[in-house]
Amino acid sequence: MNDNVVLDAEDMRRTLVRISHEIVEKTGGSRLAVVGIHRRGAVLAQRVRDLVADLVGEPIPLGDIDISFYRDDVAIRSQPTVHASHIEFPVDGMTIVLVDDVLYTGRTVRAAIDALFDYGRPARIQLAVVADRGHRELPIRPDYVGKNLPTAASERVFVRVTELDGVDEVTIGERMAA
Amino acid sequence: MRKNLISIDDLTRADIDRILALAASFAEVSGREIKKVPTLRGRTVINLFYEASTRTSSSFELAAKRLSADLVSVKSVGSSVDKGESLKDTVLTLSAYDPAAVVIRSPHAGAAGLVARWTTASVINAGDGKHEHPTQALLDVYTLWRRLGTLDGLNLWIVGDVLHSRVARSCVLAFTRMGAEVTVCGPPTLIPREFEQLGCRVAYSLDDAGEADVLYALRMQRERMAGAYVPSLREYAANYQIDGRRLGAGQLLMHPGPVNRGVELASEVIDSPQALITQQVESGVVVRMAVLYELLAGSGAPAPADAEPAPAPIGAA
Repeated sequence: MNDNVVLDAEDMRRTLVRISHEIVEKTGGSRLAVVGIHRRGAVLAQRVRDLVADLVGEPIPLGDIDISFYRDDVAIRSQPTVHASHIEFPVDGMTIVLVDDVLYTGRTVRAAIDALFDYGRPARIQLAVVADRGHRELPIRPDYVGKNLPTAASERVFVRVTELDGVDEVTIGERMAA
Repeated sequence: MRKNLISIDDLTRADIDRILALAASFAEVSGREIKKVPTLRGRTVINLFYEASTRTSSSFELAAKRLSADLVSVKSVGSSVDKGESLKDTVLTLSAYDPAAVVIRSPHAGAAGLVARWTTASVINAGDGKHEHPTQALLDVYTLWRRLGTLDGLNLWIVGDVLHSRVARSCVLAFTRMGAEVTVCGPPTLIPREFEQLGCRVAYSLDDAGEADVLYALRMQRERMAGAYVPSLREYAANYQIDGRRLGAGQLLMHPGPVNRGVELASEVIDSPQALITQQVESGVVVRMAVLYELLAGSGAPAPADAEPAPAPIGAA
């Protein structure tokens, strides 16, 4: 693959550490939970949760969420694999930090916010992403950003994680054929 | 993506695996404060029931509602069917509402297949005469899968009125497709010859049923018993009823319901911890949600020209 690496493993580690510090700074770390969006967001959320829990010295609840059932395009395209969601703590009154790998149109985040509200009424929802590539189609902005990557629509941003892809890195490449 | 679910034969093992995983996701939805997802918002599901049914019709209704679909339920009693309207005319009339799916239960084998020819909607067979009842078989597979993790190598005995049972045919197909070894057992008058060709063994007595991991009892279908298939229900019960003596401690017990207490099952086994009968009912809603999702997601309209392509295996955009 002739992709350009924009963040390597060490960059990604530093980025997640910085995001975790910012989360503690902005939220104070109390009544806080971290929820990842399937699949790479869920992996990243676990790392962020572990870092934040270390910083505040308290356990922080972790969840993951699959947004397949909340997509706005269910009727028009076949669905990728659906994973079960796991939110096993009460969300009422919590500050929830949603974690995803790439922020693009904002439609995935919209769906994830809708899904969260079906579990209860969080006090606040914030958004952390490793890469923000622009091209928003909804009024959504991230609270914590790893790296801003202005891209052309013809390009694609890949966030890879060791757990699923064998390597930690962020790359930009040409869009694959569907 | 497949459009209709008429027979278990329409499904590959990979299809069934996908439906099981979907059903597990919907089971998680059912544990939430709000047990409903917006997936099928704005789409219409028609429930067309020409035969009495409690659990199948109510679980299809609940499944459609929990997916946010609009639901129309038509029962033959009290509808224009009462006035002599034919199945075809009823389907054509209801098709004018532009349904995404039609769920049909009929006393006539082949009805669901016919409906599929008359409508552009997805058709789901909710039981057609003595032919098939695929969603019942899928929820039975799901119930066992949740309990045991796999059906591979499982020894399963289906006991009772196989002749009149659409559940038996669908279950034999589904269980064998998932790797189980199936034996059908009952009086010779109630076991049709062609069952051996479905890939299962046939037994006429419960003598060897001790080898089974799961005993699946069928309902004695008194409403379908036009001729004398068994001398008496009492004699049937003496030979084929599953009671505390015949159900081993390590064996699981299933039944599609409704149970004739004291005929195919003795009361003591219905309430035993080995019975999965309540779990089967619970599985009904989530498995039917999975089937609706599987058939309807991605089928609504051609993708607009500017739509993003489907996500590549790595990374999200």
